[in-house]
Amino acid sequence: MTRSEILKDIKERFKSDILEVFDKSPKRVYIEIKPESIRIVSEYIFRELCARFNIASGVDTRSAIEILYHFTIEDINLLISFKVKLDKVKPEIDSLAPLFEAANWIEREMYELLGINFKGHPDLRRLLLPDQWPEGVYPLRCDYKEWDKKAIRDRGV
Amino acid sequence: MSKRTIVPIGPYHPLQEEPEFFTLTVEGERVVDIDVRVGYNHRGIEKLSEMKTFDQSTFVIERICGICSTSHPFAYTRAVEDIIPVEVPERAKYIRTIIAEGERIHSHLLWLGLAGHFLGYNTVYMWAWKLREEILDVMEILSGNRNNYAMFKPGGVRRDIKSEDIPGCIKKIDSIVPTLNMLKKAVIDDPVLHARTKGIGVLTKEEALNYSALGPTSRASGVARDVRKDSSYGAYDAVEWDMIVTQNGDVFDKVIVRVLEMFEAVKIMKHCLLNLPKGEIDLNLKSIPPGEGIGHIEAPRGETFHYVRSDGTNRPARHKVRAPTFMNLPTYKATVVGETISDATIILAAIDPCYCCTERMAVRNIKGKKLYTGEDLVKLSQEKTEKLRGKR
Repeated sequence: MTRSEILKDIKERFKSDILEVFDKSPKRVYIEIKPESIRIVSEYIFRELCARFNIASGVDTRSAIEILYHFTIEDINLLISFKVKLDKVKPEIDSLAPLFEAANWIEREMYELLGINFKGHPDLRRLLLPDQWPEGVYPLRCDYKEWDKKAIRDRGV
Repeated sequence: MSKRTIVPIGPYHPLQEEPEFFTLTVEGERVVDIDVRVGYNHRGIEKLSEMKTFDQSTFVIERICGICSTSHPFAYTRAVEDIIPVEVPERAKYIRTIIAEGERIHSHLLWLGLAGHFLGYNTVYMWAWKLREEILDVMEILSGNRNNYAMFKPGGVRRDIKSEDIPGCIKKIDSIVPTLNMLKKAVIDDPVLHARTKGIGVLTKEEALNYSALGPTSRASGVARDVRKDSSYGAYDAVEWDMIVTQNGDVFDKVIVRVLEMFEAVKIMKHCLLNLPKGEIDLNLKSIPPGEGIGHIEAPRGETFHYVRSDGTNRPARHKVRAPTFMNLPTYKATVVGETISDATIILAAIDPCYCCTERMAVRNIKGKKLYTGEDLVKLSQEKTEKLRGKR
């Protein structure tokens, strides 16, 4: 399949799940989807289209917590990023780790750095932060005060 | 067998200066479970980068890794250029490719040496590291530094390559090929290496896909993925070179892929040096518009992935760094479990850890759920000695 055929196929198959498609350049496409659809969309693109899961990246913006799931389809040289926007108060999304192992570590990382809960993750432990790091403090959130060293020291880090 | 032993490796292992902690659960000689803990060296570079300007960030992320120090700036500058988007001048593309390939040669040589060292085959270690000096000299001529070259900037490269340096570099690169050939022969023909690495730690093609393994780790398992071919950047599409793919997925194939890749890197580097186009080396980017960009390149260990978001200021709003090892390290679960403990060393040697801290071993009896302390172990050992004495 060519690039336009694959994009058309994705758009038709997940018509009700896709919110917005941004065709940035020949090598990059950003597709915003509903958070509850991430599992079926990822399963289709990983298993049927044989895409490689590059990584996911979480961003805390003013209005929402965004996650971008980056997939590469090598045959057509296309990098597709699925964007989901999560509620800031209680960010939650289905875990992709049961579908493929590649998502395991990055979800653990986003869980500790951004405080996103991944439902159905087999092993949601901390990955990078030390054990003494206080609960509920997420360093990549906007409201995290990075220079408030004393507060962190008082918590025992 | 009901007795399981936990063998901890780390958190800091003495051979390679990298803190990581492996918990191997073994039953007799067989590894039945492995858990990896990372984060001892978490420096918060993603957060740091958000406090620096686009230009300064290049220097910060160059310090992520001391061995493949060019791969991160390369991916980052491509991500920033993807925001605008612009293409860098041809000459800059060639210079970037030369630096990246020189780094691939010295990184693979370093790994090969360490792998030999891990196998107790120190001749390979000495030869590989001696050869690595030659290529580091070339890098010093080209960039002024043996490592951390600081050649990259968003929009081009920082320094030009002088045409009078090129013949000397070509001569030096040519001089390493005979030794590389000897090394290749030594690796392929050596019966000891065969015995220690063939059929050990197999990563199947299905597992490589499941873990989205990268670089030589995946190419040794028959997954033909290489960003340089799939999504060509720099000057890679201007050079004739082959992607090295093998099928078995064991440690031996991983060695072979890396050794053969060095020859390809020599080829690419030489071609780029000889055909360096004339022209500008920098676009002199003034400001970065709001938007997001992705840059991914093939580092020596696999694909390095950078995602940069700009909000129109002179600093990145978000900078996500994904090093290849992040994806390759979890494959230990698929390769080490089921192997013997002596082979686990070599399998883990793909990222070079080492056994240490043997005094911190804890024995657990599964049936009785008993955890032996150090004192218990001393007592057990004394009892055993007594028993042996009694037999005599």
